Amino acid sequence: MAILCDRNTRLLVQGLGRMGQFHARLSIEYGTQVVGGVVPGKGGQTIEGLPVFDSVRQAVKQTGANASVIFVPPPGAADAILEAADAGLDLSVCITEGIPALDMLRAKNALRGCSTRLVGPNCPGVVTPEQCRIGIMPATITRPGPVGVVSRSGTLTYEAVDQLTRLGIGQSTCIGIGGDSVVGTTFVDVLSLFEADPETKAVVLIGEIGGTAEETAAAFIQAHMKTPVVAFIAGQNAPPGKRMGHAGAIIAGGQGRASDKIEALEAAGVAVAGSPAEIGETLAKQVPGLAS
Amino acid sequence: MNVHEYQAKDLLREFGVAVPPGRLATTPAEAEAVARDLDAETVVVKAQVHAGGRGKAGGIKLAGSADEAKRRASEILGMTLRSAQTGPEGKAVRKVYVETGSAIAQELYLGIVLDRAEEKIAVIASTEGGVEIEKVAARSPERILTVTIDPNVGLQPYQVRQVGFSLGLDIDRVRQLQAFLGGLYRLFIEKDASLAEINPLVLTEGGELIALDAKLNFDDNALYRHPEIAALRDPEEEDPREREAREIDLSYVGLDGDIGCMVNGAGLAMATLDMIQHCGGRPANFLDAGGTADKEKVKEAFKLILRDPNVKAILVNIFGGIVRCDLIAEGVAAAAGELGLEVPLVVRLQGTKAEQGRRILADSGLDITPAETLRDAGEKAVAAARGAGG
Repeated sequence: MAILCDRNTRLLVQGLGRMGQFHARLSIEYGTQVVGGVVPGKGGQTIEGLPVFDSVRQAVKQTGANASVIFVPPPGAADAILEAADAGLDLSVCITEGIPALDMLRAKNALRGCSTRLVGPNCPGVVTPEQCRIGIMPATITRPGPVGVVSRSGTLTYEAVDQLTRLGIGQSTCIGIGGDSVVGTTFVDVLSLFEADPETKAVVLIGEIGGTAEETAAAFIQAHMKTPVVAFIAGQNAPPGKRMGHAGAIIAGGQGRASDKIEALEAAGVAVAGSPAEIGETLAKQVPGLAS
Repeated sequence: MNVHEYQAKDLLREFGVAVPPGRLATTPAEAEAVARDLDAETVVVKAQVHAGGRGKAGGIKLAGSADEAKRRASEILGMTLRSAQTGPEGKAVRKVYVETGSAIAQELYLGIVLDRAEEKIAVIASTEGGVEIEKVAARSPERILTVTIDPNVGLQPYQVRQVGFSLGLDIDRVRQLQAFLGGLYRLFIEKDASLAEINPLVLTEGGELIALDAKLNFDDNALYRHPEIAALRDPEEEDPREREAREIDLSYVGLDGDIGCMVNGAGLAMATLDMIQHCGGRPANFLDAGGTADKEKVKEAFKLILRDPNVKAILVNIFGGIVRCDLIAEGVAAAAGELGLEVPLVVRLQGTKAEQGRRILADSGLDITPAETLRDAGEKAVAAARGAGG
């Protein structure tokens, strides 16, 4: 089993520009059921072999899609998220980087109480190995297995997954939740899904400086999780007041430091890797028998 | 993006938020003219730099006449202002703001920020004005009121009353606050601010609420729809290398070590700095080449890294997802060749087209140390920097 997506997921691509087309093709090659695209004004056309629709509602009606991946540029991305929710999709994964924070704030508040789960924005997406690839991850480095991976970063997720795969440890689902200040799905959301998934035997959590998401995750792990969790926090040596690429990665007013996050996680019984090269090894040591 | 106090106050005026009369001056003579026009008993001459703590650092001075304003301006203009927020190197003062002095009865604090934890907008108010709000939060958190605003509903009059009464204001002042805070909130929303801070908000002896200082930060991601805000950027206030990086769409932060870094992705870039430190070395910079890194961009990134005279070795760490390692390798080979690279170079390529990338580097005839894993890369880079440092 897996979380969020599997071989039955029927995926739409919102925004079929160069990036959208390229990654739609890779997802199809990986075996994902990509059933159509949405580009307002191009309804009726075929792009990359996919039927294109003017709206998400039309696409859902014609294809039975239940998920979407969003490659719409920043000015229209929040609108695309709200359209996906309006059409009643179960899952919408927004890859777009650089969405204005207030746009996301409004969208996030509008999504409350609605059945659509948003992952991202500014995230690499979701991969359930050998079943479904949504987004831009290099799925070839994944392998099926018992470990859930959740991360705020893109390429650091690949690094962690690669370390696991090299040790023969496979993954149930790999999720990048995104590096922005406001994201649709939080660490806690994903941790509770992994905890409920009988086939996820351990979780790797990759956090970074800025905000308090890791501290909140630590409290959740302590109170609600039996599944063992191993973590790494990036940005241990970042100077205060400087934004390290991600909008969320800034140490402000003494908050968001890596040391505080590590302390909170360790207090919750989470083994935290001392260096980014030891993520896989730390898991293998803490939870033996995961390799296959 | 940060703006100066004088720019922030212009925006506040535009949104009906009360500020003292004042104007910008770049020479002592201009300051004198502004003071004469203001025709006030006291004027304040304020250094315009992107940093707090200006008063203690000698960047804010009172003047009782236009002539004195001229003298004060000549003292402040050209000085290097050093405060806790400027770092030891300080900031050169090129502009002063001259404004009418206010008779202060009480100093308060008022701020609007995006509340990440609540995923709402927060109005923060305190009776402890004129000091850093972080210090108040640490020392006497009970003195801080936070009112949470749903961005889809907007600031409501009762919320303004909550703020006003908690600040101890009477009903007439609370009515004034409706216009003041209402204007500040509209500015925050309409201009995509990420922080709007009035510290201190002053209650004058005449019973007026007025913004004595103002700090506005804007969301970089929203500047595309606010060209008038983007135009307020003062390049003199930015680290020149960070500015250059922004212009070529790279994310760069200068640090004080000797190993230059080029990485794709912010998370992996931070982790690479951690790896270097873990191996006993010190990174010279954070550099995220982003998802669109290609040959040209790699070359520009190398130039930027090499402009730092402290760099004794360079580590390139690429995990290709969107980014193709073969294109990166071509860029690295071209940059190393054309720029006549004199420092040792360690390159780790993984992910999309990594094999092809490694072959391109091996065939380039350049002296490049390949690395397989992240640890391997960190160790080799630290050893290279030590070797080069003697």
